[in-house]
Amino acid sequence: MKLEGKKRIWSEYQKEIPNDHFFYVRSCIRQTFFAGSEQYFLKIMREDLGKDVFEDPRHTTCTGIGYHGDVVPFETIQTVVARHFALATEAGYKHIAISCVTSFGIYSEILETWKHFPETLERTREDLYKATGRTFEVPETISHTSDIIYKFRDEIAQKAKYNLVDIETGKPLKVVEHIGCHYSKMFPKYGVGGAEFPHVLVGMIESWGGDVIDYPERRHCCGFGFRQYLVQANRGYSLFASRKKFESMEPYKPDLIIANCPGCTMFMDRWQYTIKEIDGITYGADGQGIPVLTYEEVAGLVMGYDPWEIGLQYHNVQSLPLLRKMGIKADPARRFLAKDGTRLPEPANLING
Amino acid sequence: MTGQKHVIVAGGGVAGMEAAGALAELGFEVSLIEKEQKPGGHLLQWYALFPDHRPADEVRHYLRKRIHNEKITLVTGAEVQKIRHHGQEVVVTFADGTSLNGDAAIIATGFELFDAHRKEEYGYGIYDNVITSAELEDMFTAGKVVTDDGRMPARVGLIHCVGSRDEKVNNHYCSKVCCVTAVKQAIEIRKKYPETEVFCFYMDMRMYGPYYEELYREAQEVHNVNFIRGKVSEASVNISNRLVIKVEDTLAGRPLKMELDILVLMVGMEMSRSGARLAEASGLRTGINRFYETRDHHFGNNLSEIRGVFYAGTCTAPMNITDTISHARAAVAETVRYLNRR
Repeated sequence: MKLEGKKRIWSEYQKEIPNDHFFYVRSCIRQTFFAGSEQYFLKIMREDLGKDVFEDPRHTTCTGIGYHGDVVPFETIQTVVARHFALATEAGYKHIAISCVTSFGIYSEILETWKHFPETLERTREDLYKATGRTFEVPETISHTSDIIYKFRDEIAQKAKYNLVDIETGKPLKVVEHIGCHYSKMFPKYGVGGAEFPHVLVGMIESWGGDVIDYPERRHCCGFGFRQYLVQANRGYSLFASRKKFESMEPYKPDLIIANCPGCTMFMDRWQYTIKEIDGITYGADGQGIPVLTYEEVAGLVMGYDPWEIGLQYHNVQSLPLLRKMGIKADPARRFLAKDGTRLPEPANLING
Repeated sequence: MTGQKHVIVAGGGVAGMEAAGALAELGFEVSLIEKEQKPGGHLLQWYALFPDHRPADEVRHYLRKRIHNEKITLVTGAEVQKIRHHGQEVVVTFADGTSLNGDAAIIATGFELFDAHRKEEYGYGIYDNVITSAELEDMFTAGKVVTDDGRMPARVGLIHCVGSRDEKVNNHYCSKVCCVTAVKQAIEIRKKYPETEVFCFYMDMRMYGPYYEELYREAQEVHNVNFIRGKVSEASVNISNRLVIKVEDTLAGRPLKMELDILVLMVGMEMSRSGARLAEASGLRTGINRFYETRDHHFGNNLSEIRGVFYAGTCTAPMNITDTISHARAAVAETVRYLNRR
């Protein structure tokens, strides 16, 4: 493996990521299944990095899952996204920070469509105005929130209380990075590092002390694939895709998987539970599962935030072995306590529980 | 009837050398301009040629003899920047601002091999043991085809159409010579290492030339080269640093994953950058394949839009050495006809 070759590719896929003043659009999946990720993105950006990130509660789903499930037409989703742009325009923001990779792919596709077919932009302006009376400016930049954390990865490293290092051995943790297909596989130029050797998560892992694993099925889809999962009869494909990845990464004994896509984070986590239930197989070292975290969750850990405040307990594969390796002391008994101290129902059969 | 007529040939590869030699033989004064330090073009890197495994050195020797003529002035290390017609002459301008006048000119700026880095999914320049077809020729010349750590390969894969017939890299055309080159190279590997398995991954086998189909049959029947119809989608490495490729076997109708020791990328031809610069500066038309567009595909395949300026060889389209030499000779015939009529 020649690192110089990767650097060559990375240098060809650098995108403009603004320094400040973002209009933030949330993810349907992330705010539902691991809400701490978005919470800590905002906390890190606003409180630790002093950035201006604006949210409008009138922002809605982009309807991307419906679009990829063939129930929302392209004209409709363009109008919905145009409404998001109208909210940003009304608030005076030109840079969109997108939490979801599906949405990021949708925004990229729409901007490219408007660029190459300007009549579709004009039609969308008309549709939005007729439907809502709103007008909008096309944003100057769109960034996925992993782009933004990537941009500030070294600032985060400077504030680090923990590193992606095994404190007992002193060796870097072995980390699998996984980008969502819609982050850069459709439009490589929109992703940091492109599609084949993306740098967005690699950059974070290296800045925070870890080693990246390059395994044969690194590029393979997590298996969400929209219709693969949304059509119940197809779910075997979804499960098999994740399994293929786990089997491919297993020999490297990864300590952690970091993903930048809501679907990937969820499915690579949940399918480990399913595979263990069906076949009793796990893929981490010593019979454990491999924790699958978001980049904000990892940034939060590195900066010393409480793992249970970040919400790591809401993944099926628990992060206790990872926390031990990083030297983070966290009482597992506190995992399922509500804010007022009442004990919440504890999920059964958690992996690494 | 040549008088002291002077023809400038831009490019000292196969086409340029053949054109210069033919013109000199007919009594013309020739300036042969080559941007590299020595003439020969891509042929300098080749070990053996299809379809008969003739040593490339034999053709190099022929071409060297061809331009060994007192009527030929060889200028190396000089790139032609612009060509224009002025009065009764053509004027060639060089990068340093100097110029040279002639009665006619032949553009023979040739091709460049496709830059394999652009097919990022194959990991050229990143993974060990991913090489180009030209680098495999270097190995043949050096007398050993081995992995980066010096091992004899147990299994070698050759991917056809790298940078050709590929919309993703904006090259829709066929480079014509890669299929038969792969067959030739596969046979050479098998001859050298009978224990090594060789797989060719192809879209179509374009065996258009004389004896190409026979060579393809020989590869299968005599040398047991495996041909799999399917495009390789990606390469990666496993924990043993062995290459892993994914390909769809379209005849068997199933995806295939295979470990390899060496992966050879059969890189196609592209218009040379120097040719593209010259076209732009001189106002010469290029086609959708970005090579020079000749005035007529059938009747004017050596003619440019500039009076007294002609094309020879792969600056107009991918072609093999046989066709390149024929095309260069045709360019000479057109040049002589033009000079005789002027």
